[in-house]
Amino acid sequence: MPMKAKIKITLKNGVLDPQGKAIEHALSGLGFDGVNEVRQGKYIELDLDHDDEASARKAVDRMCEKLLANTVIENYDIEFELS
Amino acid sequence: MKAHVIVFPGSNCDRDVAVSLGKAMGTPPGMIWHGDSEVPSTDLIVLPGGFSYGDYLRCGAVAAHSPIMKDVVSKANSGTPVLGICNGFQILTEAGLLPGVLMRNASLRYVCRDVHLRVERSDTAFTSKYESGQIIRIPIAHHEGNFFADDDTIDRLEQEDRVAFRYCDASGGMNGAGNPNGSRKDIAGILNKTGSVLGMMPHPERLADEALGGTDGTAMFDGLVEALQ
Repeated sequence: MPMKAKIKITLKNGVLDPQGKAIEHALSGLGFDGVNEVRQGKYIELDLDHDDEASARKAVDRMCEKLLANTVIENYDIEFELS
Repeated sequence: MKAHVIVFPGSNCDRDVAVSLGKAMGTPPGMIWHGDSEVPSTDLIVLPGGFSYGDYLRCGAVAAHSPIMKDVVSKANSGTPVLGICNGFQILTEAGLLPGVLMRNASLRYVCRDVHLRVERSDTAFTSKYESGQIIRIPIAHHEGNFFADDDTIDRLEQEDRVAFRYCDASGGMNGAGNPNGSRKDIAGILNKTGSVLGMMPHPERLADEALGGTDGTAMFDGLVEALQ
């Protein structure tokens, strides 16, 4: 059964996010109040050929560690969905 | 002396560095395509500036896993000197040969101009023709040159004296005075533990000929030739 991995990559706490800051300023310039902080990240979808989630998770974990995220500055979170 | 420049799809300073290095060596360095699996026997490997793989995913992230990089990492780990300039520095961090990461400039702008650097180490093959504390003028041209590492890594770099160059103003003032991109501790270039791998955002190869408006970069290539001859 093919499945989809949905990967959310976000900056770790404490890592300065100038793009998030710029978005924050733009939002407040547009009159949107009440936004305390903006953090920008990445979203990646993979179509996988794996049968079970455990083996898929193992593989996607390795993909994130090796290439998709830079764990010096980024965290990643993986969700699976049967497609 | 034998030197080789690695050419990635999207490299655009490969020929510039070949000219500057070749002038110092008296013969041009070899150019090695990223898809090759081995760098021939060599005294120096250069990872040039540019936009390898269009900066997709993260700058240098895809190039760091190019076929040739296995051999570059293995040669670097056995002591072959490696110089990474700009995108080459980004590739070195992504390949794990240097710590930290080059983030988007704090100004969010691409910055292309000459900056001043203070030479922090003159006892490496890369910097032996400079003097420690010397202020030099070298161009930068990058959007992602904002050096970041966590506190422990920064402390370790400082304790082990691994900062090779820091941004400063024309009179050597630091603490942000000449910092063009928000790098922590004004860091413009760092070394690995043994001093055999240097990554730097500024481009010494772009100011190594009077015709280009200055020669402060020449000493790096002359120093390398003298040290690695």
